[in-house]
Order: sequence, then C-alpha cells, then structure tokens
Amino acid sequence: MPEQDQNLLLEIKGLRTYFHLAEGVVHAVDGVDLKMHRKETLGIVGESGCGKSISAYSMLRLVPPPGKIEAGEILFYKTPKDGSTNQAEIVNLTKLDPNGSEIRNIRGNYISMVFQEPMTAMSPVRTVGQQIMEAIILHQKVSKEEARKQTIEMLRRVRMSNPERVIDDYPFQLSGGMRQRAVIAMALCCRPSLLIADEPTTALDVTTEAQILNLMRDLQDEFGMAIMYITHNLGVIAEMADNVAVMYMGRVVEQADVSTIFYNPLHPYTQGLHQSIPQLKDALSRKEHKRLDVIKGMVPDPYSRLKGCPFHPRCPKFIAGVCDEVEPRMVEPEPGHTVKCHLYG
Amino acid sequence: MSETTAPPLEESKPIQKKKGKAIDTKDEAFYRAGQWQLVWWKFRRHKLARFAMIVLGIFYFCALFAEIITPYDPLHRMKEFAAMPPSNLRLFDTTGKFHGPFVYGIKMARDPVTLRPMYVEDPNSIYPIKLFAKGDEYKLWGLFAWNVHLFGTETGTNSAELTPYFIFGSDSLGRDVFSRIIYGSRISLTVGLIGVFLAFFLGLILGGLAGFFGGVLDEVLMRIIDVLVSLPQIPLWMSLAAALPQDWPQLRLYFFVTIILSIFGWTSLARTVRGKMLSTREEDYVMAAKLDGESEWSIITRYMLPGFASYIIVSLTISIPGMILGETSLSFLGIGLRAPTISWGVMLQDAQSLQSVALLPWLLWPCFFVVLAVLMFNFLGDGMRDAADPYVT
Amino acid sequence: MSDQALTKEPLLEVIELKKYFPIRRGFFKRVVGQVKAVDNLSFFIREGETLGLVGESGCGKTTAGRSILRAIPPSSGKILFRDPTLGKVDVATLDQDQLIAVRRNMRMIFQDPYASLNPRMTLLDIVGAPLRAMKLASGKELEERVAEMLRRVGLRPEYMRRYPHAFSGGQRQRIGLARALAPNPKFIVCDEPVSALDVSVQAQILNLLQDLQVDLGLTYLFVAHDLSVVAHISDRVAVMYVGKMVELANTQELYTNPMHPYTEALMSAIPLPDPRKREKRVYLSGEVANPANPPSGCYFHPRCSYCVDICKSTEPAFEEVKPGHFVKCHRARELSLNGVAEILANR
Repeated sequence: MPEQDQNLLLEIKGLRTYFHLAEGVVHAVDGVDLKMHRKETLGIVGESGCGKSISAYSMLRLVPPPGKIEAGEILFYKTPKDGSTNQAEIVNLTKLDPNGSEIRNIRGNYISMVFQEPMTAMSPVRTVGQQIMEAIILHQKVSKEEARKQTIEMLRRVRMSNPERVIDDYPFQLSGGMRQRAVIAMALCCRPSLLIADEPTTALDVTTEAQILNLMRDLQDEFGMAIMYITHNLGVIAEMADNVAVMYMGRVVEQADVSTIFYNPLHPYTQGLHQSIPQLKDALSRKEHKRLDVIKGMVPDPYSRLKGCPFHPRCPKFIAGVCDEVEPRMVEPEPGHTVKCHLYG
Repeated sequence: MSETTAPPLEESKPIQKKKGKAIDTKDEAFYRAGQWQLVWWKFRRHKLARFAMIVLGIFYFCALFAEIITPYDPLHRMKEFAAMPPSNLRLFDTTGKFHGPFVYGIKMARDPVTLRPMYVEDPNSIYPIKLFAKGDEYKLWGLFAWNVHLFGTETGTNSAELTPYFIFGSDSLGRDVFSRIIYGSRISLTVGLIGVFLAFFLGLILGGLAGFFGGVLDEVLMRIIDVLVSLPQIPLWMSLAAALPQDWPQLRLYFFVTIILSIFGWTSLARTVRGKMLSTREEDYVMAAKLDGESEWSIITRYMLPGFASYIIVSLTISIPGMILGETSLSFLGIGLRAPTISWGVMLQDAQSLQSVALLPWLLWPCFFVVLAVLMFNFLGDGMRDAADPYVT
Repeated sequence: MSDQALTKEPLLEVIELKKYFPIRRGFFKRVVGQVKAVDNLSFFIREGETLGLVGESGCGKTTAGRSILRAIPPSSGKILFRDPTLGKVDVATLDQDQLIAVRRNMRMIFQDPYASLNPRMTLLDIVGAPLRAMKLASGKELEERVAEMLRRVGLRPEYMRRYPHAFSGGQRQRIGLARALAPNPKFIVCDEPVSALDVSVQAQILNLLQDLQVDLGLTYLFVAHDLSVVAHISDRVAVMYVGKMVELANTQELYTNPMHPYTEALMSAIPLPDPRKREKRVYLSGEVANPANPPSGCYFHPRCSYCVDICKSTEPAFEEVKPGHFVKCHRARELSLNGVAEILANR
C-alpha cells in the first residue's frame, strides 16, 4: 500500500448522483472529485442547482429518493476517537447501507451537518436540551446528568447567553440566530472530525451572519475539526475558506486555495462570478452608473446534459469545435490549482 | 440585450422517455400547456387512478345502457326459478361435445336427506347463450321500445320452456340479481353525483362568502359548520330520512335523500374553499393583480378561483364515496329508498336476515359492487389529489 | 448622482408615514397592542433617481414600500406623488378610481419570482393585465404592447403564449418587470428584486434595471437587505431599524461617512469577497429589537457600543446633520465612525 497522506480526511472520487424523474434524469452530481484534509475549511461555491448540496447529502447518504448514487467513491479516513492509534480506517461511504448502523455511527458522530433552515433541523415539539442530550447519549453512552452537563457546556461554547435557561426552551422560543447556534451546538456535541455547513447563514441577517461566521471560525480552532462550507455567497467563502471548489452543473470546475480563487481564477466561470458581484468599494469611487460584467445566458435546465464543457454556451472564451465537442479533463496548471477547462489543457 | 436570451440547447441529449408517455419538458407544447393540461399529464402518471377511472367509466356506461346490458327486466319475477343459485356456464356437454357457451335446463327436485326443494341440472336440455338475444320488452330511457338484450338464453333445444341464465343467481321472488345490480347502480352511483353537486354549490358559495368577507359572517358560518359536523351523522340522517312521508313518489324521495346526504358534504368543501380563499389572498400575484387595477370580481374569478379549482374537484371526488355509502346504509335500514325502487341498498335489505345470508349468499353481491365503487372513487381521488397542483413537485 | 438630478423637484414625498398592525388576543379579538412596522417615515425621491432602502428582516422596509402604493393601507401620513395627469396628489387619501389612475404611474416588482406570477395565465395575460384592467389597450394593440415590453426586458415576443412554468427565476423576474413597465410608469417600488436570484442572474437583472432607468427615465425605490447591491444601484440610501429611518444620505456620503452606529455595524458585517480582509471586525451584539415591544429611548441603544445615558431615555430626532445627510442619533455630531474606506483598509 502506498504511503498514506496522514492528514487526509476525505476523498471523493468520480461521484455521480442522479435523480430519475418522470420528466427525465437530473444529473445533480456528475463526476465530482474532491480532497479534504484535517482541520481544513473547504468552501464549495456555486449557483443553485449546481449539485453542491446533493454532494453533501451523498456523503451522509441522505440523498432523498428518487436520487441515487450511481458511481464513485467517498472515502472517509476515520481515526478512533479515543486516540488509541493514528492509523485511520478508510470507510467507503458509498458502500454503506444508508439506514445501517455504520453510517448512523458516522452521522453526527464523525461527520455532522448544519442546514440552511435551523427550524427544519430541530424538532419543534422537544426542547433544545432534549435534542442535544439525545445526540450525546446516542454516541457517547453517558448518563443523563452527564449529558445535561455537557449540553450546557456546549451551549456556552456556542456563546449562547444564559445556557441554563435555553436548555429547557423550545426551538420556536429562540430567534433565528440563536436557533442556528443551538443547531451548531447539536452538530458539535460529539466532536466530529468534519462539519458540513450547508448555507448555514443564508436565512440570517448580515449582522447575525457575521456573528455566526465568527463563531464557527472560533469553534473550528477549539475543536480542531474540518469544515465543508457550502454557499452561493463568495463573500462568505472569502471570509471562511482555506480552499475553494467551484461547482457548475454537477461538476467541480476549479479548485485551489482561497487567494488563488479570488486573485488568480482561471476558469471563465469563476472569473465571471467575480465580475458579477457588486463591489462595496465601487460605492466610494462611483461617479456614473456602472454596469456589471455579467455571465451571459442562464444555467441550462436540469434535465439537459451538454456535450463537451457544460459551460460552453455561456463562456466568453468559447472555442468552437473544441469546447462543444470534448469534455475538458481536470488539469493542474500550477501546483495545487486544478481546473477543468480547455484553455489550460 | 441579446446577452439575456436563453442559450441554445440543441446540443443537449434528448430526454429519456418512459414508453413515450413522459412529457418532454423542453417541448413548446409543455411551455404552452395550461393548468388543466398539466393536471391531466400528472394524473396520467398515477396508474391506480387511471385504472379506477376506467372501471368507473364502465360502471357509468353500464348504468346508462342498463336496459340493453341486462338480460332481464329487473322486476320480471320468474316464480319457477326463485332463489336459484348462480347458473353454471358451460362450454362442453357431459359427452365432451363442444356447444359454445350454454346452460343446462333446470329441474326442481328434493334433497333426499333434508327433503328441501333444490334445483338440479338436466343434461338433456341445452340452452345456448346468445349475444343480442331477444327477451323482455323495455323502453330505452323511457323512449325507444325494444326487446334485444346484450346476452341471454332463448328457447332451448328440446323444451318449449325457457331456462334463464342468472350470473349472480336470482332472489327469492325469482328476479335476476345481476340485472337488478345494474339497474340499482343507476340510483346508487348518481345519488353521490347529485349530492356532490348540491354540496358543491352550497360549499362554494358559503365558503367563498366566508373567506372573502371575513369578519362576523365568517365567524357565524364557521360556527354553524362546527355545530353541523359535531352532530352524529348516521342518527341525523336516520331521523331526517324517517321523517320523509312513506307515500311520496319514488323520484321525489330520491331527490330528498340526496339533499339529506349533502347536508354534511358541503361543510368540508366550504372549509376548503374558505381556507384557500384566505391563503390565495395573501399570494403575491393577487397583490400584483390588485396593483394592476383588476376589479375584485376579476381577482376572484380569474386569479383566485382557478388557483384552487382543482382542490375543489378533488374534495368533491373524495366526498362521493361517503354519499354512496350513505344511500346504501339508509336504504339498507329501510328508511331511505324503498322497493320497488332498485338500488344497492334496497337490494341488500333482502339479505338482512341470517337465514337468507346462509341460504342465498349470492344476495350479497351488491355489497361487492358498493365496495368496488367506493374503492375506485378513493383511488381516483388519490390520483387527483396528487395531480391537483401541477406547479409543485 | 448627476447635478441636474439634484435640482429636480421630488417626484414622491412621504411625510410621517405610519403603518401599525394591531395585536389581537383572546376570544373577542381585543386589541392589546400595536406592532409599529413603519413608524414616522419621512423622505422624498427626486425624479430619475434611485433611493435604496436597507435594513434587516422585520425592519419594515417591505411594509413601507407596499404602504406607499397603498397595496396595504397606511395607518396615517401623507404620500405626495406628482402624477403626470392628475398633478400632485396624496396617494393615502385618493378614492378608488383615482387610485387606479395613479397606480398606472406607480408600479411594483416583487421579491419572489415564483409567487408573483399567476401560474395559470400566459405571459400575454400577465403582462397585458394592467393594460386591460386600466383600459389602456386591447386586442391587437395590447398584444403589440406586450411584445414590445417582453423585448425590452430581454425576452422573445414569441414567448407570449407560454405559461410562467416555462421560465427560470431570472426570466420570471423579467416578466414581472415587463408587467410593471406595461402601462409606462414613472415610479417603481422594487421590493428586493434580486435577493432570490443567483449571482450571475442577479447581475443581469441589476444591469437591466439600470438600462431601463436611463432609457425610460424611471424612478426607483429599491428595497433590499444587501448593502453591496444597494450601493451599486442607488443614488441615495436610507437605513431602517425597527420601523424607523435612522440614516439617509447620498450613497457615497453614507458609505464613506456613516453617522449612525447601526449603519457602521451593518457595513462592517458584510462578508467581503476578498480573503485578505479577514481580520476581526465590529460585531454587533444582541438581536434586532422586537417591534411589538421596542426598547425605550433610541431603539438601537441596547446593541450600541456608543450608548450614553440620554440614548436610554430619550428618542433622538431625525435631523439633517449635514446638507442632505439625515441621522437619528444623539451623538451624530460628536462620533467619528468608520466608513467603507476604513473598513476596507482596516480589515
């Protein structure tokens, strides 16, 4: 066996998740390759329908029917929690039974998830404390009193004011920001090695969003976990991520560290995304109304699968006869910077 | 602004089609399909509902052409064949000779042990079953006099006497149960429809008023509905039905029974309509219509009503089985329709005693049809409910 | 903002606009309190300009936009609109016929591109609805007008016979815009028109709004929560907090020299698409006040880091501290707050 990268946490190889609907097949995830290391924050950015959330659902085997993982591997490098050995056990998540005990032991314990809408992640009829305690008892086999103590401690660590009171509150009694804190506490209560955050701040106001982002960064330092941060907001990505994967139509089209993605993007889609955002600094220098440089056209409907590069109908650097014929391979024009585009192949 | 038009999609792979039935979502026809077209497309995918629709279609077709489809007049008493079990349909005689479908002649005999009268087949007389056989005289829809029936036996080979073909046997008066079931479906299957139409008007108007005007009217109507639905249904039906004069003509009795049945039917519909009125009023597109200068009437009829029309139809379909069961129960108890009117409930009255069930179990056949009809309406309602809102997936 | 716009007379002037929603409790629906969704809003919009209205969710910005069109009836206040045919009118007190006449010139586009179009009508009926209802066109003429509107917003006129389900979110937002433009209005309330859209589509719609403004001489009230978008499109920006306007100034002034602590906090909270600016910033503690039970004095004082005693007891006035720069803060003149330039440089 070749020498294994000690820090590797997760490896996705050629993942394909399709939805077979009466109207046709939706290729939601269509060949995704990703690597994540321990304690790293990987930002996944893309517009709605690009497959970023379905990739995450595939990892936890939570893809709703009629969705199905058709191909690919998701290798999770699971190290024992008691620290008995550093040697990671490699688990192929795609091979597990989606309702089996193995994946349930991983879900919430090794990989947990924070969703966009905190209200859907918590049961409305049970208190915040009951729900967090249940997760702790499920995975850690501790007594009720101990679980309650841990829960209060957890709520304190997500900077919840007055955790002794909040623990007996119902989710609807909390504000949006507080609820998201409670969800994060629930996700982190078992010290997972990977936290998947699926647009956790999209439903929140800017000032609350800033608080939550700050909290998540601090918690990452404290707990030493990796975060997969899924969002459509490039500002949040800049704020959070170490590495960034840009997705378009079920594929990762570019992946690099965060400054490369922001200051030296190679894929025309990434470049287009940057130019599409109104910049705050424009407000300072603006004399006349400035137009934004936009990506022309729109995302094709989900049932279609374009020949060649999926971005070619919208691409400003489109090469006829190449881009619409051959699907580009992933190339690495500079170390650690991969891109799927014919311009660099 | 050419940058904004849709990208060309000619290169895209054609969508996989399921047996050519699936809708091509890139079709101009799909883009131009209105609400009802989309509802139909979605309904078509529900196999059970499609099956139910076909079965119910056959039911109503049979009810419409009952005179032709039934082999006998439902009131024709064949005294010598009273309480006969269902006939044995045969293709070959005892010697193995092929005759096509036929029944043997029937002779009266006595059970050697119990000395009870019983029917025995006479292998010497053969009565072939013919299509478009001549039989009882009737007037189709009370208009066209004719005597041809879809099938039946005619005078046999060596007997001048006719032996009838009873698919489901005959009742104690010698009437063909099958023919009576078909005639009975005329009443039993239309009571639901007419009741539903009454419920539809009451529910739509009262629910619409409550939802639209709100306030005191809404409160009052909703409380009335609360009171109505908290009354026990069967006892109320019974007391109302028992109050109907015995000597009324059949038609009037039938009409009043449907009114009694729809007393409860409209309440759920009124609630549905009111709820939908209140929720669609809050829709952005209704506010947009208001800002467009549309009149209140136009907003209700062109924006709000089409928005929940499909839900009304679903709600109606689901309430039909209740009415069918209601008629059956009332008639069974003898306080709804009465003989000589023929309905499934009236027929089941004959199967009330334990004795008749033990001796003439084929009198329970109407039960099977009641269950089948109710089940089919429920399946149909299921499919319609799934298809009712084609804009959510 | 160009100089000539400055000299123009206001197209719309809102004076002390209020919208209170009663809180009812119990069986008899007794009124036990008021939610002051919009409380004493006063501002004006000049012809041809875009006024941005920003604030967090629940601050009353959407209610304000809807009250101005009387899509929901305002509780009190004046909405003076300079109508090309009716002259200067108070929208708040118009009768039904005049209201319809005024709404020909005052239109609205909605946030949700899915909920705002009737799925059971073709584009012809949707875009043609105001023309038909206001009796501006019918038959062939109506069809031609609809075709022209569709072309204007970047859709093909052939799409006229299609239903909304044939279109994506961005295209639907264009349809909504075509409907707003159909009666040839002067003024459009844009209620978060791009917040439900993807980044690339959002940019297309923003460009389209700007092009149409130039071509048709439109005036916008642009309601949004995204400060970058508002900075991009607005000439002047108003900031709302719990039903009240706390600051109003022209865009450049507001972003470089904010005078209300809430504005500063809002700007500092924006995640910037620039990974170098990732240092610590001003975090606003606490939560947005409950409009049904607001704090005493200045509503912002429990979260404000510059709070002094007077802020807790007395509500500050909305004053013009500099020409054209209105602030609702006791300490507006003494504080020196960080604008975007400092935020960009410091972070």
